[in-house]
Amino acid sequence: MSNKWFSQLKFLIAGIVFGIVFVKAEVISWFRIQEMFRLQSFHMYGVIGSAVLVGMLSVWMIRKFRIKTMEGEAVIFHPKKFSKGQIYGGLIFGVGWAITGACPGPLFAQIGLGATAIFVTLLSAIAGTWVYGKFREQLPH
Amino acid sequence: MIHLCIIKVVKMDVINFVRQPWPWYVAGPLIGLTVPALLLLGNKSFGISSSLRHICAACLPANIPFFRYDWKKEAWNLFFVGGIALGGVITGTWLSNPAAMTVHPALATALSGYGIHDFHAMIPEALFSWPALLSLRGMIMMVGGGFLVGFGTRYAGGCTSGHAIMGLSTLQWPSLVATVCFMIGGLVTANFILPFILSL
Repeated sequence: MSNKWFSQLKFLIAGIVFGIVFVKAEVISWFRIQEMFRLQSFHMYGVIGSAVLVGMLSVWMIRKFRIKTMEGEAVIFHPKKFSKGQIYGGLIFGVGWAITGACPGPLFAQIGLGATAIFVTLLSAIAGTWVYGKFREQLPH
Repeated sequence: MIHLCIIKVVKMDVINFVRQPWPWYVAGPLIGLTVPALLLLGNKSFGISSSLRHICAACLPANIPFFRYDWKKEAWNLFFVGGIALGGVITGTWLSNPAAMTVHPALATALSGYGIHDFHAMIPEALFSWPALLSLRGMIMMVGGGFLVGFGTRYAGGCTSGHAIMGLSTLQWPSLVATVCFMIGGLVTANFILPFILSL
């Protein structure tokens, strides 16, 4: 059991590195998100665009050279199925993203940075996820 | 002695460099490297909004089928977001930029019309703080905005990390649809709806 918790430590460390990059690149700034949606700055487009390019190249290399995980397993990719949820949910998230200036990742970093009131926003996001789960069957997909 | 001085100067330069905001061509590729890092560390697909679902499943499953699964198997995701928060603590404590943010002049002008004059912090306190929570504007933005983020990401099956970065990296067209919708929702809101909310 203790070994199991220890094995999670690497994800904690990955998260720390990721969180530092998030804050240092000002990706978690409400102002940067406004500039992105008002087409006033290239910064966020550059961040997301170059992240996607590096991600694509990495995935291509993992597939091409059949790179294994640390435990020696083959890397598994989970294909995403299309549903109308990606349209409706996508639009709804876009509205929330512009208002809060944060996607879920930055919410955690903002709280860590000391904006403790964002805890309320995070709780509300958890509530939103819960309400979606509750009414999932009634929503068009 | 001279050596020590040089080391000291270099060290200062490195710290100063790290303290500055990082340009997109440094940050973007580092964020992109999270994709192979998580795959190789433990066969995990990069995604952050799932953590919100796991928190629901852990704390308040309420017998809802969507939350009835073994969330402990996905605990890595909670460690990852915990790390993100810790990364915020570390940056805020040791690596923060003492200078104010540089905000686009047109945005600064527009915002000052809504009583937002302080661009020092990354998050405007006039909108997101405990006192702001007591105003109608702050309540709508913090509580309402947060709700839409949580509801929308789960409805869409992912957020910027899961769809825009992980999904596009693995060439999933549903993720492209989701990403385009994120951008449409955001563009319309920031330009046409947010000015109304800010004026409240």
